Amino acid sequence: MNAPTYNFAYLDEQTKRMIRRAILKAIAIPGYQVPFASREMPMPYGWGTGGVQVTAAILGPDDRLKVIDQGSDDTTNAISIRKFFQKTAGVAVTTSTVNATVIQTRHRIHEAQLGAHQVLVYQVPIPEPLRFLEPRETETRRMHALAEYGLIHVKLYEDIARFGHIATAYAYPVKVNARYVMDPSPTPKFDNPKMDNCEALQLFGAGREKRIYAIPPYTTVQSLDFEDYPFEPYKHKACCALCNAADSYLDEIVTDDKGSRMFVCSDTDYCETRQAQGHRGSENASPFAESRHA
Amino acid sequence: MLDRITTLQDDTPILIADGLGKSYGRLRACRDISFKLYSGEVLAIVGESGSGKSTLLQLLSAQLAPNTGSVSYRMRDGSTRDLAAMGEAERRLLFRTDWGFVHQDPAMGLRMAVSAGANVGERLMAIGHNHYGKIRATATTWLERVEISADRIDDAPRTYSGGMRQRLQIARNLVTEPRLIFMDEPTGGLDVSVQARLLDMMRSPVGELGLSAIVVTHDLAVARLLSHRVMVMQGGRVIETGLTDQVLDDPREPYTQLLVSSILPA
Ligand SMILES: Nc1ncnc2c1ncn2[C@@H]1O[C@H](COP(=O)(O)OP(=O)(O)O)[C@@H](O)[C@H]1O
Ligand SMILES: [Mg+2]
Ligand SMILES: [Zn+2]
Repeated sequence: MNAPTYNFAYLDEQTKRMIRRAILKAIAIPGYQVPFASREMPMPYGWGTGGVQVTAAILGPDDRLKVIDQGSDDTTNAISIRKFFQKTAGVAVTTSTVNATVIQTRHRIHEAQLGAHQVLVYQVPIPEPLRFLEPRETETRRMHALAEYGLIHVKLYEDIARFGHIATAYAYPVKVNARYVMDPSPTPKFDNPKMDNCEALQLFGAGREKRIYAIPPYTTVQSLDFEDYPFEPYKHKACCALCNAADSYLDEIVTDDKGSRMFVCSDTDYCETRQAQGHRGSENASPFAESRHA
Repeated sequence: MLDRITTLQDDTPILIADGLGKSYGRLRACRDISFKLYSGEVLAIVGESGSGKSTLLQLLSAQLAPNTGSVSYRMRDGSTRDLAAMGEAERRLLFRTDWGFVHQDPAMGLRMAVSAGANVGERLMAIGHNHYGKIRATATTWLERVEISADRIDDAPRTYSGGMRQRLQIARNLVTEPRLIFMDEPTGGLDVSVQARLLDMMRSPVGELGLSAIVVTHDLAVARLLSHRVMVMQGGRVIETGLTDQVLDDPREPYTQLLVSSILPA
């Protein structure tokens, strides 16, 4: 392909306007899945084509873009999307959460609190929270329209009956603005409270399923539960082995072939920022410990 | 059962069918059907296969829109409403609170991959019950009422026998204490001994809850055991109706006579 012939951010203006209209509608009806004419993107589905289209539609020349995958800026997926927009939009990119104006994410919400100047764009594989119990699209649409959400509790009931607690740990269903039940994409439930009453606009794009939905700033996002089994965000018992954070989402990392393992922040920017501030975890006593990322 | 109906029956019908008709293309599956169902009454719809019984049941329960005629229902607040004039949301709420629908095929009426407890609890959760312990306790009670051992509460109906599935379907429907229950061949496909047990079990909630019921069956023994009144259908029309014992012991119509003497294939 021939770089100069790209329109800004790859998509033509007509398409971006169509996506913006879907985004505006999504913002007007928090949590409601708006259908849109999803385009073919020069990357396979499952690589975040929905999120990429949303990002393309909202990006301006002055934006600073950050892309994370499972909290990390350095996975193949994150790097390729970042490069894609560098090339097609020429925007500045950053790994710093606080400096970014648009953050596209897969599977995590970063630890740093989002600000009013930021937009968080989620890549969504399956937007329909009722899908696992009701495969018929006509029926799930009707359930949303009539706010018939008993089925979501059937799923949570099954969890408790089987495991003794609500075992759903990812894509934990939420009710947005006391109306629509929404799938927060496969983020860990640890991140659910961050969506509630958030200062930033949150946009969700599902490319293959052709849906866009949104949580406008300062919107209530309630994780569904039972009175006697209230929602509990997952809490790690360990601290980050590198930065000693006790409040972040941790990944378990195998450190040698003998099965030794340690827990470290999944949000690499958060972890590195803390280390730069002098925080040290159990595996990182030396102030000269090398950066985890070459 | 005949005694009870005279005492329970009051003057206002709970369901009124007026001139109901339904065609599939040129086939007239139901023609000009009118009747009233009273509170606490069990009505059986009998007739050979293809006579229009299931179609009628779907018209009555607003799952199918009629080409002609109307169905009205007396709500809990005493007002009588035309089902076609109701909004979809209200109709669906009615369907999963005030009504029950028992399908011949339990797989149509159950979530086969979900535990029995959740199957029974679903209607409660749908109307806002939000206490797991209480939902489970209510589900346990209902399982016991339909003679399913409480220790099967966490098993999916996939692992149940045909008779158990049908009883579970009934429990799932009765948990909201509906006022009207529709049943389409509830004993179809079950062994005779299993049928007998199911019928026995169905009789008690109908009696205790003062439930009204419309039961479609091609099995006259089922009609005799469960119903106060019988409607006989042939070719989409109601050709004879009356008190169950009268119709079955002393049928007027030649077609009914053939049915009763088991000459017609059920
Ligand atoms: N969805 C349909 N489309 C076309 N014909 C139908 C449909 N449902 C039922 N029929 C026909 O309508 C007639 C009545 O069917 P049905 O109400 O199922 O009778 P029953 O329950 O008494 O066996 C039959 O001739 C049947 O083939
Ligand atoms: Mg039938
Ligand atoms: Zn850390």
